[in-house]
Amino acid sequence: MKDSSQVNFDDLQGLLRYSHGKLTDTCFMLLNIADIRAAKQWLDSAPISNATATKPLPATALQIAFSVQGLRVLGLKKSVIDEFSDEFIIGMAGDESRSRRLGDIAANAPEHWHWGGDAAQVAHVLLLLYAKKDGIEAWRKNVEGEQFSQAFNLLALLPTLDIGAIEPFGFSDGISQPKIDWTRQQSTDIHKRDRYSNFLTVGEMVLGYPNEYGEYTNRPLINPKQDKLAAELPDAEENPALKDLGRNGSYLVIRQLHQDVPGFWQFLDKVTGSVAEKREQLAASMVGRRRDGSPLVPMADEPIPGSAPTNQNNHFTYRIDPNGQKCPLGAHIRRANPRTGDFPTPVTGFINRLLKILGFATTRADEDLIASTRFHRIPRRGRSYGPLLTPEQALKADAPEAERGLQFICLVANISRQFEFVQNAWSMSSKFGGVQQESDPLLGHREPLQSNDSTAQFNQPDASGPMQKTCELPQFIRVRGGGYFFMPGLRAIKYIAAVPINGSEKPS
Amino acid sequence: MTPQSAFMIVATVRDGQVNDLRNLLADMNKSPGVVDPNNSLLPFGQFVGLHVARLVILEAKTADEISAYGLTPRPWQSSLVFLGDYDGETDAFFAQLVTKSGTGLAKIFSFCEGFSQQNDDLLAWLKAHDIQPQANYINHIGRTVRQVHEEVALHQSLSDYLQTIVDEVGRGNTRALRQKLLSHVELEKHAGRLSLTPPETTPTTWKIRNLLHKFGIPLLLLLLSPLFLILAPFIAWRLRILERSDPEIVIRPEHQHIRELSVQEDRYISNQFNVFGDIKPGLFRLFLLKFSLLLLDYSARHIYNRGFLTRVKTIHFARWVLMDNNRRVFFASNYDGSLESYMDDFINKVAWGLNLVFSNGVGYPTTKWLIKGGAEHEQEFKFTLRRHQLPSEVWYKAYPDITAYELSRNSLIRQGVEIRQSSNEEIRAWLSLI
Repeated sequence: MKDSSQVNFDDLQGLLRYSHGKLTDTCFMLLNIADIRAAKQWLDSAPISNATATKPLPATALQIAFSVQGLRVLGLKKSVIDEFSDEFIIGMAGDESRSRRLGDIAANAPEHWHWGGDAAQVAHVLLLLYAKKDGIEAWRKNVEGEQFSQAFNLLALLPTLDIGAIEPFGFSDGISQPKIDWTRQQSTDIHKRDRYSNFLTVGEMVLGYPNEYGEYTNRPLINPKQDKLAAELPDAEENPALKDLGRNGSYLVIRQLHQDVPGFWQFLDKVTGSVAEKREQLAASMVGRRRDGSPLVPMADEPIPGSAPTNQNNHFTYRIDPNGQKCPLGAHIRRANPRTGDFPTPVTGFINRLLKILGFATTRADEDLIASTRFHRIPRRGRSYGPLLTPEQALKADAPEAERGLQFICLVANISRQFEFVQNAWSMSSKFGGVQQESDPLLGHREPLQSNDSTAQFNQPDASGPMQKTCELPQFIRVRGGGYFFMPGLRAIKYIAAVPINGSEKPS
Repeated sequence: MTPQSAFMIVATVRDGQVNDLRNLLADMNKSPGVVDPNNSLLPFGQFVGLHVARLVILEAKTADEISAYGLTPRPWQSSLVFLGDYDGETDAFFAQLVTKSGTGLAKIFSFCEGFSQQNDDLLAWLKAHDIQPQANYINHIGRTVRQVHEEVALHQSLSDYLQTIVDEVGRGNTRALRQKLLSHVELEKHAGRLSLTPPETTPTTWKIRNLLHKFGIPLLLLLLSPLFLILAPFIAWRLRILERSDPEIVIRPEHQHIRELSVQEDRYISNQFNVFGDIKPGLFRLFLLKFSLLLLDYSARHIYNRGFLTRVKTIHFARWVLMDNNRRVFFASNYDGSLESYMDDFINKVAWGLNLVFSNGVGYPTTKWLIKGGAEHEQEFKFTLRRHQLPSEVWYKAYPDITAYELSRNSLIRQGVEIRQSSNEEIRAWLSLI
């Protein structure tokens, strides 16, 4: 492993380290830059929160992220922008092939989105404001100051509303998060990691640090001899002659997911014959947790690095439940984080390792279908929106349908290998881990395959043998918008504010 | 059983006619990446026993890379490749081809050098242009298309029926459930809605050849082993020198290139994949590559012939072909899932195996001792793979939305129909597959 310098938390935006959970009021703004000079001035003095620990906790926070269009408008050279990842440059809705992979088809297709669906007109800036209860209006005034309205056009306010520690369907949320290995203690050696660990190396979330392969993810590196302004940027760790625009930054993936809460609970009620106990059981099977957040598999009896053995809701893997009889293979949280190590079962010695590498020493045909979870973790920072509707209220026939759901946010260093992989190969896949005709019970779009095979089932393996099948699941979640943004480190923001603008002051 | 055979017809395309050929081939698709199995040129769906097939125009897009060795890139004339995997002997397939779509094929090959639509004996032409791979992988040797379809139907039928009887019979009534399912299969077979054709007898010539290969290769290696032992220090020394000096060519693929490839991908659960590139110069690298491919081919034939290739269970068919007088290598595969998961599977599960073979290709990420490093350099590897990838103009798979894992599972379900399990536990395990 590379010798590690300390992570400079004062250069990271706070959201990378904290969820700002105590700051319950939020205001998420999509902005276009109206006046580049004014925008740069505002940016240069904006009170953007860093990730240092403070006591008492701050009462407000401000985070900022840019789309590729935003960076272009702000004058970043093409040669610099070209060093960002393809996903970021092309955008979430910028290529029909990507949409197909992400499951953004039919009712989820970008053409139906409320925002972000037209790749050519993606908002330049995503501004995230956080404050304690009832403090958001004052904080917004404070943040905006005088120049703001001259600098930016407000395209949309993304709805958010605090409904407590649950998501709109009524389940405890945000339990499973990777623990970032800030002190860089854990080896990333692919030959030394057979078991699941909840520690995730810094470089899987923050650019400029080694990722789980022990390598530096591509990002813009600038030669300070050719660009004097870059001298203020941090050094590139693997090549100190170059300055690192990406260091301490991260890609921010945001998706507005509409959740049909009455639709969800009423469907469950219908298929369980209105037996409350069965309804709750089926709901828990679909999610992979009960409403109180407790998982369906017992706690692991061995240590999991990065997970406290006392954490009843998170200290588990699915190793004791390979066939999904306790937690169905297709359950939402099992798809999103299958908790597998680099080998399906722990390596017990040299010969065993060799046999495993060669594909032998397995006990089940489907045992090794899903491995190496650590390359596909997604630290999440989402917030819910829309009025609270409890499951009990949702079950009433006249339950009010409303715009409610989740502003899903995750912070990753590699959009393709992390967010897109999880979305495509795990959540939306109708073949994940050998399941039959299913997709994620919550997220699935239910569109059939090209050969007309259904993807709208949900199956619960059962100890008695035959699976319990639930058929013709309707779509419970619809994509309403989304985009890929770059959340730079604070020195990188100063640099972006300082780069000269070429030509006109008004963006075209 | 009926072993599969692989065919690959290669012919150079006449100068200036690549685009016309491409347009003609595009007509075989309903939309990009989605073939019309009943298209008039080559109605793939009508060839019983054809698992997969594709038409690729081989272009040497990365030929310049060899300049990194101070060599002048060799000229390459774009070639049309028609390849596929078929149940039974290639000759039988070619005969079928000529009968059923002789006109279509003649139209396609009329763009190729040395083919004239009027005079040629198409069958002889096909045979003369057929080249065999250095290494070939078949997910399950002897599993026929017919078997695949019959077993998919069996699974579907059992699955539907089980749902209708499970409440009536009782979920825990294991033996009664099995009895009902077995009777159901008999009734359905009788009614002509299901069939479970027993495997044909394995051709004797194939058996003999296979047996000779199975023991001949190890015997040969054993005989040569003293030589290897003597040469080992030299090989190791030479290898490390080359690994230290071989240029690593990391160029990010162009957006447009990726767009052209990905527009064909993820239309079905399975996807096609082609890469084509130069072999590193020198006899040593060629020897290493040929030796690796020999081991690969051997293990694919005799060890990994039952649903998995080391840890990877998502490949249906794959082949490695040396071309241009051993100067270039072509790899073609049929796999499940999106390319990103295919590449990740590769890196996380068989980086060592990929390195063994592909590190002998120009530009590959630097390896250490032939199996370390290389594909473990994730980003460099993904760039290299994508950059050397070529689209398939047309791609057909007889069961494009069925994964290799499902094929194995369906065979297990069938096994349970034909061989009765003795314990309740075994019956439950069988029921859980349905």
